[in-house]
Amino acid sequence: MDFLPNIIFGLLLIVGIGFFARNIGRLKSVIALGRPEDRGDQSGKRWAQMARIALGQSKMVVRPIAGIMHIIVYLGFIIINIEVLEIILDGLLGTHRIFAPLGKVYDVLIGTFEILALLVILAVVIFWIRRNVIRLKRFVTPEMKGWPKRDADYILYIEVVLMALFLTMNGADYQLQQLQVADYIQAGSFPVSQFLSPFLEGMSAESLVLLERTAWWLHITGILFFLNYLYYSKHLHILLAFPNTYYGSLEPKGKFNNLEAVTKEVKLMMDPTADPFAAPPADAPVPEKFGASDIMDLKWIQLLNAYTCTECGRCTSECPANQTGKKLSPRAIMMATRDRAEEVGKNILQNKGSFTPDGKQLLDDHISREELWACTSCNACVEACPVSIDPLSIIMDMRQYLVMEKSEAPTELNVMMTNIENNGAPWPFNQMDRLNWKNEN
Amino acid sequence: MSDTLQVPTMAEMMAQGKEPEILFWVGCSGSFDDRAKKITKAFVRILNKAGINFAVLGTEESCSGDPAKRAGNEFLFQMQAMTNIQVLNGYNIKKIVTTCPHCFNTLKNEYPGLGGNYQVLHHTSFLKQLLEEGKIGLEGGSYKGKRITYHDPCYLGRANGIFEAPRELIRKLDAELVEMKSCKQRGLCCGAGGAQMFKEPEKGDKDVNIERTEQALETQPDIIAAACPFCNTMMTDGVKGKEKEQSIKVVDVAELIADAEDL
Ligand code: SF4
Ligand code: SF4
Repeated sequence: MDFLPNIIFGLLLIVGIGFFARNIGRLKSVIALGRPEDRGDQSGKRWAQMARIALGQSKMVVRPIAGIMHIIVYLGFIIINIEVLEIILDGLLGTHRIFAPLGKVYDVLIGTFEILALLVILAVVIFWIRRNVIRLKRFVTPEMKGWPKRDADYILYIEVVLMALFLTMNGADYQLQQLQVADYIQAGSFPVSQFLSPFLEGMSAESLVLLERTAWWLHITGILFFLNYLYYSKHLHILLAFPNTYYGSLEPKGKFNNLEAVTKEVKLMMDPTADPFAAPPADAPVPEKFGASDIMDLKWIQLLNAYTCTECGRCTSECPANQTGKKLSPRAIMMATRDRAEEVGKNILQNKGSFTPDGKQLLDDHISREELWACTSCNACVEACPVSIDPLSIIMDMRQYLVMEKSEAPTELNVMMTNIENNGAPWPFNQMDRLNWKNEN
Repeated sequence: MSDTLQVPTMAEMMAQGKEPEILFWVGCSGSFDDRAKKITKAFVRILNKAGINFAVLGTEESCSGDPAKRAGNEFLFQMQAMTNIQVLNGYNIKKIVTTCPHCFNTLKNEYPGLGGNYQVLHHTSFLKQLLEEGKIGLEGGSYKGKRITYHDPCYLGRANGIFEAPRELIRKLDAELVEMKSCKQRGLCCGAGGAQMFKEPEKGDKDVNIERTEQALETQPDIIAAACPFCNTMMTDGVKGKEKEQSIKVVDVAELIADAEDL
């Protein structure tokens, strides 16, 4: 009977981590639906980029208030998770505070965790106020209605609850240590939770043990729940920010990909020795679809981008189109891509591994043409993103589809393109007049 | 305005068996747009004064393909690019300077993958070099104490990280450089990029160039400096829209320098 808690704990851990692993597997298979793109080169630069942007949070501090608070919550979470290791070991081995023999070091650790926990609670309260009382503009745009809004609030609530449980557990432990109850060895320092003493002092040892155990179990259950919540939430960024910044572009932002399939075709057209009527070789690959109308046409990195999006809206608040009241919002582009990727992922699961056309696609059903054509390709969104997401690349790929596969560009753009084709300039001027300026006054 | 401009073409140079040091890529706007042609000429006056051995392609130049690519027409873009690359490689071009950030970006970043490898400079970087080498001096003084705000073209600044060269040139004019609330990495677009120049904007509350002009006006400038012919058009229209064209001029950095040099 003595081992019952250990067994329950072990099962809890297996279920929690197992479910999480299943979701990560699903995530990977959805991202693998994207087209290939080599982002494995220059690993030195990539590690540095990840260290700077994800670990070092370099983009976050562009907005100092949110940035500093985010660093507190981020550091708090990472460091407090050392505590989770102890909890897991205690749970499996049936020990209590297994790291206590570290002595002074242990005191400092627990003390630091407590202070961080308090700071996290404070930061989260401020975050909540910014979203729900001040209602900062970037948190109340149309794409943030419904689930995204609730999701953002739930994350804040879960964080507060987890921190509160951690402090309650320590507070009760501290009391039990004072009462010298067996098993509750003198260990740790409690700079924050000792202030809970006035509420706990009158309690009997049994009630305190019950409180301590309840907080302990809820804390670890909560953490496992949170781990599994990630996949359904924008909070997934705490994991994906790392691979996403690692694989993020290292090129100048103005450099757009050249489509290789087009290069081949153009070269052939310009090669005077090529026989235009030659039949294509039998093993010629099926011509690639140009651009993207659905998520399978995007590259895997763009799908990883979509799952990494924190829905912070920094991109949208810097977007010139959005600032001037256009429907385009780069954040909405990323959210729509993720929604559609999930839709396709579920479809594939339900149909035993293959996608069954559902009469929907990313274009029109999730992202409208009005949004796509409003973009100035200014890269403000790319610059603003704290986790190296590139909404512009999706917009460009979808424009490419509209123009190259559907010939459905806005009329004025068709005029511009016809001009380039005929006169080598976007306006109807004759190429032979290109140097006239030289003699004009 | 001094005497006639010296603008040799590559074809002429070739016929004389000469090779210029640098090719000036004029761009469509610089060739055809009335306002932008003035920028082109101002830049040529500086080149002439500094005695730079340069040439243009003239009628052999064609659109870089930037607006086609950004509108989604990769095919047309690559046709343009490869045609241009054929011409450029035919003349054995090594170094290019251009007054248009869109051409600059495309030639520098997107042509190499298609076989066009050149050293490409934006004219503000090139002018800064000339200044450092003492080939141009800025003693004019007519800008002393003038408030100048500089608008970062997206394809020069954010896209390629060139923020300082144009600013340094403006500071050298003894002018007071005042920054807008969105500048450098966070500079707001003028609204022309991504082929927007050639179409009506989507439905919204405001045009992008008006928003940007308002930001510029907040700095109470005497001059709005730009470094892109398209930005110039957008900001000029914005200033007109605000009925401020009498008091505030929109000029290219090259024009500022040509003016200061009294060219
Ligand atoms: S690149 Fe397009 S979507 Fe991104 S900020 Fe600029 S206009 Fe908006
Ligand atoms: S794309 Fe980047 S900046 Fe935009 S909402 Fe997502 S995480 Fe934030």
